[in-house]
Amino acid sequence: MGELKAVSACAGLVPVCIGSVTVDGMDLECMTSLSPFGDALALDGALKKAHGVGWPQAGQALGDATVRVIWFGRNEAVLIGPEADQGLGDVAAVVDLSDAWAAVSVEGAGTVDVLARLVPVDLRAAAFGEGQTVRTQLGHLGASITKLGPERFMILVFRSMAATLIHDLKQAMAGVASRG
Amino acid sequence: MRIDCPLCGARDRREFYYQGAAVALNRPAPDAGVEAWDDYVHLRDNPAGETRDLWHHEAGCGAWLVVTRDTVSHAVSRVELATDVKGAMA
Amino acid sequence: MRVAGKGLVNRDKSVTFRFDGVSYTGFEGDTVASALLANGITLMGRSFKYHRPRGVLTAGSEEPNAMVTVGEGAGAEPNVRATVQEIYEGLMVRSQNAWPSLDFDVMAVNDLAAPFLGAGFYYKTFMWPKRFWEAIYEPVIRKAAGLGALSGKHNEDTYEKAFAFCDLLVIGAGPAGLMAALAAGRAGVDVILCDEDMQVGGRLLAESGAVGHLSGADWAASVMAELEAMANVRVMTRTTVTGAYDGGTFGALERVNQHTGKRGGGAPLECFWRIAAKRSVLAAGALERPIAFQNNDRPGVMTAGAVRAYLNRWGVSPGEKVTVFGNNDDAHRTALDLAAAGVHVAALIDSRQGITVEAASFPVIVGAQVCNAAGRKALESVTVRTSAGEQSIQTDCLAVSGGWNPTVHLTCHMNGRPTWREDIQAFVPTAGSIPDMAVAGACDGVFSTLGCLKDGLRAGQEAAEALGKRVVAVDLPVADDAAYALEPLWAVAGKGRAWLDFQNDVSVKDIKQAAVENFRSVEHMKRYTTQGMATDQGKNSNVMALAVLADATGRGIPETGTTTFRPPYGPVAIAAMGAGAQGHGFAPERFTTSHKRSVERGAPMIEAGLWYRPSYFPKAGETTWRQSCDREVGYVRKAVGVCDVSTLGKIDIQGPDAAELLDFVYTNLFSTLQVGRVRYGLMLREDGTVMDDGTCARLGETHYVMTTTTAAAGAVMRHLEFVTQCLHPEWQVAFTSVTEQWAQFAVAGPKARELLNGVLAQPVDGESFPFMGCGPVEVAGVQGRLFRISFSGEHAYEVAVPSRYGASLFDLLLEHAERMGGGAYGMEALNVLRIEKGFITHAEIDGRRTAFDIGAARMISAKKDCVGKTMAARAGLMDEMRPQMVGIKPVDAAAVLSAGAHLYECGAAQVNGNGLGHVTSVGYSPDLGLQIGIAFVARGAARHGDVVRFVDAVRGLETDVEVCAPVFVDPEGGRVRG
Ligand SMILES: [Zn+2]
Repeated sequence: MGELKAVSACAGLVPVCIGSVTVDGMDLECMTSLSPFGDALALDGALKKAHGVGWPQAGQALGDATVRVIWFGRNEAVLIGPEADQGLGDVAAVVDLSDAWAAVSVEGAGTVDVLARLVPVDLRAAAFGEGQTVRTQLGHLGASITKLGPERFMILVFRSMAATLIHDLKQAMAGVASRG
Repeated sequence: MRIDCPLCGARDRREFYYQGAAVALNRPAPDAGVEAWDDYVHLRDNPAGETRDLWHHEAGCGAWLVVTRDTVSHAVSRVELATDVKGAMA
Repeated sequence: MRVAGKGLVNRDKSVTFRFDGVSYTGFEGDTVASALLANGITLMGRSFKYHRPRGVLTAGSEEPNAMVTVGEGAGAEPNVRATVQEIYEGLMVRSQNAWPSLDFDVMAVNDLAAPFLGAGFYYKTFMWPKRFWEAIYEPVIRKAAGLGALSGKHNEDTYEKAFAFCDLLVIGAGPAGLMAALAAGRAGVDVILCDEDMQVGGRLLAESGAVGHLSGADWAASVMAELEAMANVRVMTRTTVTGAYDGGTFGALERVNQHTGKRGGGAPLECFWRIAAKRSVLAAGALERPIAFQNNDRPGVMTAGAVRAYLNRWGVSPGEKVTVFGNNDDAHRTALDLAAAGVHVAALIDSRQGITVEAASFPVIVGAQVCNAAGRKALESVTVRTSAGEQSIQTDCLAVSGGWNPTVHLTCHMNGRPTWREDIQAFVPTAGSIPDMAVAGACDGVFSTLGCLKDGLRAGQEAAEALGKRVVAVDLPVADDAAYALEPLWAVAGKGRAWLDFQNDVSVKDIKQAAVENFRSVEHMKRYTTQGMATDQGKNSNVMALAVLADATGRGIPETGTTTFRPPYGPVAIAAMGAGAQGHGFAPERFTTSHKRSVERGAPMIEAGLWYRPSYFPKAGETTWRQSCDREVGYVRKAVGVCDVSTLGKIDIQGPDAAELLDFVYTNLFSTLQVGRVRYGLMLREDGTVMDDGTCARLGETHYVMTTTTAAAGAVMRHLEFVTQCLHPEWQVAFTSVTEQWAQFAVAGPKARELLNGVLAQPVDGESFPFMGCGPVEVAGVQGRLFRISFSGEHAYEVAVPSRYGASLFDLLLEHAERMGGGAYGMEALNVLRIEKGFITHAEIDGRRTAFDIGAARMISAKKDCVGKTMAARAGLMDEMRPQMVGIKPVDAAAVLSAGAHLYECGAAQVNGNGLGHVTSVGYSPDLGLQIGIAFVARGAARHGDVVRFVDAVRGLETDVEVCAPVFVDPEGGRVRG
């Protein structure tokens, strides 16, 4: 009986580089969904204590590359990076989603233009800064989009749709790149 | 059409799933009688003017919203979280 | 012909293109129309109905006549306006609607038959005999009429869609739009400025007047330079705003590469933009209208503004001897500009009395009208009528102006009706037609350059203020402020056909005929005559037609009606609106972790919602899918089969009120379910209809995992959100979709446990994992979950691991299964296995079935309320005459069954209303050696053993079938518990 082999969601699909924009897979280590029972105050405290990052407001992405807490919808955030502290389960639903979502980074000059082909939300720097996140659509896909840096975004879609994500991004990248 | 989600801000209609009249919030008791249940499940007004609908921000935050809008001008006058509206009814 | 020293085209850069196979040369900046005119070509198309020779009428996107086909082969695009299409090196353009050639078009015979083809002729002429319509009239009309044709081939060109956002959208970059954008831009407003032209300036590019100390074009270029330097302003040229929609949403079509030869490599031909704007300024300008008179459609008859545009912008005179005819002062500019440029002006004819034209170096005839034009393929002369009589003037170009119509179109898109203004004899936008839109410049009936600049400045500043910005001063340049004076003249009286709608060949006579036949409403008149219903939407002609109708019915224009317009403002290719939806872009493709391996094994993949699942796994030597399917069914019934079931929806439910939620959404009880156990559940809609079914496992006191069918996963999630947000926000419960977190495989068959014990760290037995047991397990070194559930009636499990291990586990399970005489099974086998056991899918619960219908009425718990319970108890939903679920098997074992077939009493007439029900699922049972099915039959539960007639009228199948219990294999259910 051999050990099972892990395959990443975007295996064989990334990296993709067209024009000045690059898409690459992101290894998030652990990704855990957190939904507080009742108000989020207790969860905020427990999160800060265990992971040093609190509960985000709607549209907010907290933390940095080692620990992130990203707003993920009504009454939900995801903890990205460390394994979730067991104690969080006392005040919130804690669900491992480490394998449920495909994560890619999109970066480079023109990234906002590429995403404007697919995303019906204003992601220009003036409207969408670092520390902001949205749940929206990318093409036909439900997506979570977080700004990580100038011209750098993290996009999450359901794992099964990674190929469609890359297909759609490639098409948009080619269109933007063709404008030279 | 755009709906100003209290959690996400103004978003294109494509992100929302339309349910129907906000009457759906007023679920009768099991023994409320045939008429109350018929009203709840089937009978709907068809106003030329203000209407209150339930929309689900399915491709966004996942919140159910009560949207007050005008069926003639299409103007959206109010968007509320269904949890708030239902909570206020209790 | 080109006029020396005039125009904005780049004379240093010549461009070669082909029109109808002939090579022509123009300059960078030319349109097809300007380049052809420069080459002396005036005949550019044939009209729609009568195939009359037509030349270019305008210099803009409103062009009704000069429609051409661009490109060749699959990508050939018909009905492109020659006035919009820019020339580029290698461009191929063809004329259309003419055969065999533009010069000699045999269909022009229609023109001779014109007396029979007038208003309403389709309705009147082809009424009888009925069979003539299909056989003769329609094919002939279709061949004769019509615009350009599509290639009929798959279009390889790339189109694009995109989203844009701004605080202020300025539509039109003429003097008003530029000033509005400048004022708002300087105030720091987030601005998008769109113009359909290749460069900004609008009418300034076509006029000779100065703005400040610059020419109009140079002033526009200087503003453009300033706007482009602003980070908060985006200028989009070659972008037509096509529609205004709710909530400040606009559609816009950008011609990205229509003006270049660049194709392929992802370069889009066009991009369809959805622009969301907080406010907008409509500065769309105005369109000139001609005057109707006999033969006013002769090639060489053009609008006066267009003649001026060709001269001033493109350095082209459309004729050598030009005559100008108008009812307003603006027309005079054309004569003056031509004369100043050294073009011979044969005469200026003004319909008004007592008009003088200063510094006129050409004959001016006042109080006169042009009443006829001669020259079939090119204008040769016009007839001028004065009180003194008629005279002929030799001329090869007539510039006509009947006044200007503000471009109100977008303000009509949300049901706005424009307002008639008597002083300018035109409709202007009605304030408030589009929320948060201001109208400025010619579009609002302001016709002097200075007036437009001023109006644009005002609109820009007001928008800035409304958006909370401090207004910044902008100097108003000096510019022409001449009054615009006109006297109405719509149609010159006389015999013969005077044309209104050039594209649909509607004449003054047609409108009058409509009025005579009492089609007095504008909407009726339009439909009866087809006025304004061509691709140009009557941009030149609708107001004229309305005026003619008003005159014919003895009413004023505003009493007669208004013009109204729907989106799009200009034609938009479906390919642009549906951009990205070709091929793989049509819908998301959801792949399971075993997808790659299944494809490698040759499995045809079938769509299940957005998912792709293996239909069957063919083996060497098998020639039909049935052979593979039968073999795979055998795996499960005799050894062990493995199937990827990851596509079923999985919802993690946690919280103190989790059990309460489940008791409310399922008909049966889940609060009583033990931890470590699974229960089958049924969900209803509130109207009592079955919504979905599936199993739900209790992993902990306050922790469940619900499974849904693949098809209903999204709907069930939405339903749970509805219940917990709209009905019971007080419940402390949270749920998360974990469908994608777990790769889950069914391991089914008598050897299922043996297989699993080969891969699990801790072997399982009947005690640790009884039927409907569940719990955590370690699978080949990975933490997973095991559920002892069965969709085949066999001893079976579903084993789940985090998705990253899915592909690897699938391989491992297959390796074991194959060693044990089993293997992978696909959807076909899965379907047969469940039909043999009478397990339902959405083929059965199709949105019309109640729990009663599927024999599950007892699953509605009497101990509690649940969604759908009250309504499911309605008498009509429990009526024993309702179709109830049964099994069917053919009397003749060799008979073929099909899903969708209807059932009748034997001997009964097979007519609508006589049916007993229908067949929902069928499959071949290798165990029974015949086809079996699931059906819904009236009073079915009481009819087991009866023989009824199976009829599939579509496939031509008919046979006797026996109604039976919907369980064909192991009816006692012993295997599943073994
Ligand atoms: Zn939202």
